[in-house]
Amino acid sequence: MLSAIGLECVRGERRLFAGLGFAMRPGTLLAVRGANGSGKTSLLRILCGLLAPAAGTLTWNNAAISEVSEEYRASLAYLGHLNGLKDELNAAENLQLSLRLAGIAVNEAEALAALEWSGLRERRHQPCATLSQGQRRRVALARLKLSQSRSLWILDEPFIALDTAAVERTRDLIVTHLAGGGMVALTTHQDVPIAAPMTLLIELGA
Amino acid sequence: MSGVLDAMASVIARDLRIAMRRRADVMTSLIFFVIVVSLFPLGIGADPVLLRTLGPGVVWVAALLACMLALARLFANDHADGTLEQMVLAPQPLSMLVLAKTAAHWLTTGLPLVIIAPLLGLQFNLDAEALLILLASLLLGTPTLSLIGGIGAALTLGLRGGGALLALLVLPLYIPVLIFGAGAVEATAAALGAGAHLSILGALLLGTLVFAPWATALALRIAIE
Repeated sequence: MLSAIGLECVRGERRLFAGLGFAMRPGTLLAVRGANGSGKTSLLRILCGLLAPAAGTLTWNNAAISEVSEEYRASLAYLGHLNGLKDELNAAENLQLSLRLAGIAVNEAEALAALEWSGLRERRHQPCATLSQGQRRRVALARLKLSQSRSLWILDEPFIALDTAAVERTRDLIVTHLAGGGMVALTTHQDVPIAAPMTLLIELGA
Repeated sequence: MSGVLDAMASVIARDLRIAMRRRADVMTSLIFFVIVVSLFPLGIGADPVLLRTLGPGVVWVAALLACMLALARLFANDHADGTLEQMVLAPQPLSMLVLAKTAAHWLTTGLPLVIIAPLLGLQFNLDAEALLILLASLLLGTPTLSLIGGIGAALTLGLRGGGALLALLVLPLYIPVLIFGAGAVEATAAALGAGAHLSILGALLLGTLVFAPWATALALRIAIE
């Protein structure tokens, strides 16, 4: 369970939000909305531990995340604005090496199935530099598909650059994760309805 | 523990594979090293005694500069494409992953310098024993350069004009390595034995091996905020 009490974020001179609190239990979808620059990405980065909040505390299973940081990171999958792919490596290599870095063991067949799922099976030996923006996003999503053992997913604009079919697939992936007792925090500007056992909505800049 | 080693192996494998596909980057610092070292005999003239005196220092200073040349891109690409974020969020301690990255950096920039240095030493009329000590001192010293450089590269990550600042930060810290590295070869030439110098280089390496990855990881966390 992830809970936040009194989170405050200051970027530069501006205070983006303050006094933000919520609790995410298994099956919770946390949808963060707001205009550009309202602090959506900052909030997600705070949740990951990439950014320290100006005030407030974040706890994971009732322990401050700074104290259980390795355990917390082992329960976390993050998809940011940047896909985290190396241009010089192909899709299959990127997928395999990033999962190994994250400590997620997958075999060749599972990796291939994930690439098939994201529609990149035929292009898996092509350097990522030659893939389109949407295809790169799909490689990053294939990593997410294989991160189902991670209970908390933090997704920053997961549907960006994707075509309709890929948006559908990704949505189904998120719904399955939530139905299986996972937690998802996401931001999106697209109107993609996601069915979840429990939904929390945070409107920033309101 | 095996999780840490596996994650470190994946970082090294990734960086080596990228280096293989971007050979130009690796070759730049190596060719820079060869050219700088070769300019000195041309500029100074063919006096064998003078060349022998200057040789170790010239090779070491050139190695220092060549190492620095490659430092700026140690974390810059990872920062730009988001793989650095993924490294920070990996369950393994960041300092161990930084150590793996530094090891890969040394294998692609430091080790080639070490291998080619004896050949360049011949231009300075160094004898076989001096060449051997030159090789040993570079082998012990260049990993220290990569480790210290990592701290500078992390501190200047994302800064505009970070390259010049990186040089100002890192070069003063390279001085002890330079003194004992070049000193080892000079001591051999003076028949004093290089043992003491090499021991100190080894001690510097062990010290930075413990301290530098931790400091680099700390700087990286600040840089990605």
